[in-house]
Amino acid sequence: MAKQIITVDPLTRIEGHLKIKVEVENGKVTNAFSTGDMFRGWEIILRERSPIDAPPIAQRICGVCPIPHGTGAVLALDDAFGVKPPANGRIIRNLMLASEFIHSHLLHFYHLAALDFVDITAILNYKGIDPKLNKIKDWVKSDADAGVKSAGAPFLPRYKGDYIKDDAVNIAAIANYIKALEIRRKAHEMLAIFGGKIPHCQTLFAGGVATQLNLERIINFKSRLAEVKSFIDNVYIPDVVAVASLYPDYFKIGKGVGNFISYGGLPTDDNGKMHYDSGTYIDGNIGNFDSNLIAEFVKYSKYSSGSGLYPLNGETTPDAKKDGAYSWLKAPRYNGKVVEVGPLARAIIMYLKGSDSDHKSLIDSALSTLGLQPADLISVMGRHAARALELSILTDRMDEWVDELDPAAPVHTKFKIPKTSEGMGLTEAARGSLGHWISIDNFRIANYQAVVPTTWNGGPRDDAGNMGPYEQALIGTPIADVENPIEVGRVIRSFDPCLACAVHIVEGDREILKFRVC
Amino acid sequence: MLISRKKFLQVSAGSIAGVALSSLWLPKLLSAADAKNGKGRLPVIWFQAQACSGCAVSFLDAAYPSVDDVLIEVISLEFNPVIMGATGDLAMGVIERMMVEEKGKYIFVVEGSIPTEADGFYCTVGEKEGNPVTALEWVKNIAANSMAVVAVGACASWGGIPSAPPNPTGAMPASKIVTGKPIINIPGCPPHPDWMVGTIVNVLKYGIPELDKLNRPTMFYGTDKLIHDNCELRQYFDTGTFAKDYGDKGCLYELGCKGPVSHCDVSTRGWNGGVNWCNRSGGPCIGCTEPFFPGGAGSGLYEKLPAVEVPGLEKININANTVGVALGGVVVAGIGAHAAARMIATKYRQNKEEKNRDKGTPYILKEKEEEEDK
Repeated sequence: MAKQIITVDPLTRIEGHLKIKVEVENGKVTNAFSTGDMFRGWEIILRERSPIDAPPIAQRICGVCPIPHGTGAVLALDDAFGVKPPANGRIIRNLMLASEFIHSHLLHFYHLAALDFVDITAILNYKGIDPKLNKIKDWVKSDADAGVKSAGAPFLPRYKGDYIKDDAVNIAAIANYIKALEIRRKAHEMLAIFGGKIPHCQTLFAGGVATQLNLERIINFKSRLAEVKSFIDNVYIPDVVAVASLYPDYFKIGKGVGNFISYGGLPTDDNGKMHYDSGTYIDGNIGNFDSNLIAEFVKYSKYSSGSGLYPLNGETTPDAKKDGAYSWLKAPRYNGKVVEVGPLARAIIMYLKGSDSDHKSLIDSALSTLGLQPADLISVMGRHAARALELSILTDRMDEWVDELDPAAPVHTKFKIPKTSEGMGLTEAARGSLGHWISIDNFRIANYQAVVPTTWNGGPRDDAGNMGPYEQALIGTPIADVENPIEVGRVIRSFDPCLACAVHIVEGDREILKFRVC
Repeated sequence: MLISRKKFLQVSAGSIAGVALSSLWLPKLLSAADAKNGKGRLPVIWFQAQACSGCAVSFLDAAYPSVDDVLIEVISLEFNPVIMGATGDLAMGVIERMMVEEKGKYIFVVEGSIPTEADGFYCTVGEKEGNPVTALEWVKNIAANSMAVVAVGACASWGGIPSAPPNPTGAMPASKIVTGKPIINIPGCPPHPDWMVGTIVNVLKYGIPELDKLNRPTMFYGTDKLIHDNCELRQYFDTGTFAKDYGDKGCLYELGCKGPVSHCDVSTRGWNGGVNWCNRSGGPCIGCTEPFFPGGAGSGLYEKLPAVEVPGLEKININANTVGVALGGVVVAGIGAHAAARMIATKYRQNKEEKNRDKGTPYILKEKEEEEDK
């Protein structure tokens, strides 16, 4: 059978502009290209500004995951300013970041990824009495009966494919799609209780937070957390398990590179202990993470600059029409290796390191429920499962953290902006490992750099021609119908792409940013 | 029109503590809408250029009515890359069909600025005959076939952060790309969901709402919506209590609050179900609804507003301390402070809009210029 080329552009139900091109032979993907389609130049815009502008502006890299960027920025500023937040500041930062994990994971599963599996037309067969579901049924039915072409928009049209056939499962999933809108909104309310507003909060500053802490805020947060937690444990995790059990083949599909790193994040004490452990799992071996081993390659990226370097020497210039380049993303590599980051990376590394016994026993129980081995986690469904399971642990811990808050104690430590300095902020974001780097000269930002989860996962080939994690995960994926490549979306969406975050540029004519071991 | 709008405002006014656009009045609204155009829902194409999806996520946070009610009953959201079922050519085919079959009937929502340098190739969406299509081309074409254009967020309204100096990609707001169509700007970073839903509902039921000279709906951004005039921390300003560090009690002026020059109703509406809003949280207003946002390299989001003199009083330099101390105890306190804030606002806007915006220069005001102006 001749080779067929499929271009999926735009790949929707993600954040940002992503194009996926695959070559299909004998019904399987044999080659793949992941392309980031948009560039803004955030780091260039940050230069010359006051360093305290970095948290609010860095947040605005992404409206789905602003808090990780705000967190990376304040950690970099803490480092550069030599300031340490008081316990309240550290805890409130964690609670905001963790609230965003909840919003992000629920959005990802129910509102972005689920439509690749759930048959929303099953609502037409609904016979129950739930007023909301009947409203949706009438909405789709009346438009469809009247011959309205956009009936069911924006959920239809869609690819033809092997959607779930069981009406009861589909209808439950639709009901939970609606419920998840509300629960996700409540996670945002939790975040706003400490952050002022969201998307893009107001209270992240070097030295802690600006939040005025009072008992009312703590109680409001805790009561919402209980409701959200109940949904995660009783609805979200069972829904993921239900979908996963109907698609056992997706525990074999989308395996990808199988190497993982985690920077670690969410400090649980003032001495550097982290909720998410850092580490690496490369070529089957667990190891410690060393930030000095990161380098970014640009042979296939739309930049005319030096490659394989960090920090970069020489000018870096965006080149929208560079020959042979196919993405605005760079190709970051860890010790030269292609690696995946994200909830699955955290799960694998913490499971194998034995970092957290609650975490390990939860994964073990999920594996035994599904009749799977740990290695099966490295797959499309494994990524969904890892995401859901980590939220259960995280929400347990959040309830403990919020009890540690002391309304009478300070939330912020005063800082002075130094004339010259450098700082690094490493954290875990909902989508994986995130780092921000800043250098300050004459009280202004001289250089700024962010290496983000989707750059790790969605980047193009490196200079040696090694494909990025998305690309590798697509290889071997069966495509039943090249006109309706639903499988491509399933594989890529399992990574939870966030393209606005991923496109970055390093500007530098001198060694101003040094990676250090954290 | 005027009476209906008044009615609308009355209903919206019930919203003050964040129960905006109560679902109680939605049925009434829909019955009117149904009568008006059969299907009753307004077709919408929501397109993202240089966006961060923050506006789309904020839209998903709509509470009363909930976003699912909005999708089912208020609009027909034909295209939105964040939540739509279709992907690839199937998705772009929706836009192609709408531009022909629903020509002149749909609302075009633009999120994100539009890059114009490098022939627009800093942002491409989809392919035609194997070639990437720029967001610039899409925005021009979709707008040309639309009924009206709604720019959501600071980026689509003014250019936002992507257009901040040195504007590496030639990022432009929708108003610089689109010609010959009415444009409504719903700025904010992101805009409150009620502003987006409320504006769309207004278009559906009453037509385009009253706009200020920056094309913002006055019901959300009017001159009576100056943050500083409606701020719950205002008492601290009037009595001269100023937060010196983050987390302190007091007016946030010294920490760089842009409330005296920023218009929107979050100080009364509240964010995220009314649980909080910017200044209440302790994080100073950064002016995200205004064209000067986010300023330039020579200025900062948290730079203290420039000092001005208070009219009617002897040359008192209105920095935060003197306003509090000088005016706090006297009868004219309220008037004086209001006047000062208004004056700052006016100066700020004039400078920003007429002198600096197009050049992309920093928004910072020089005290000297202020004096010369007088």
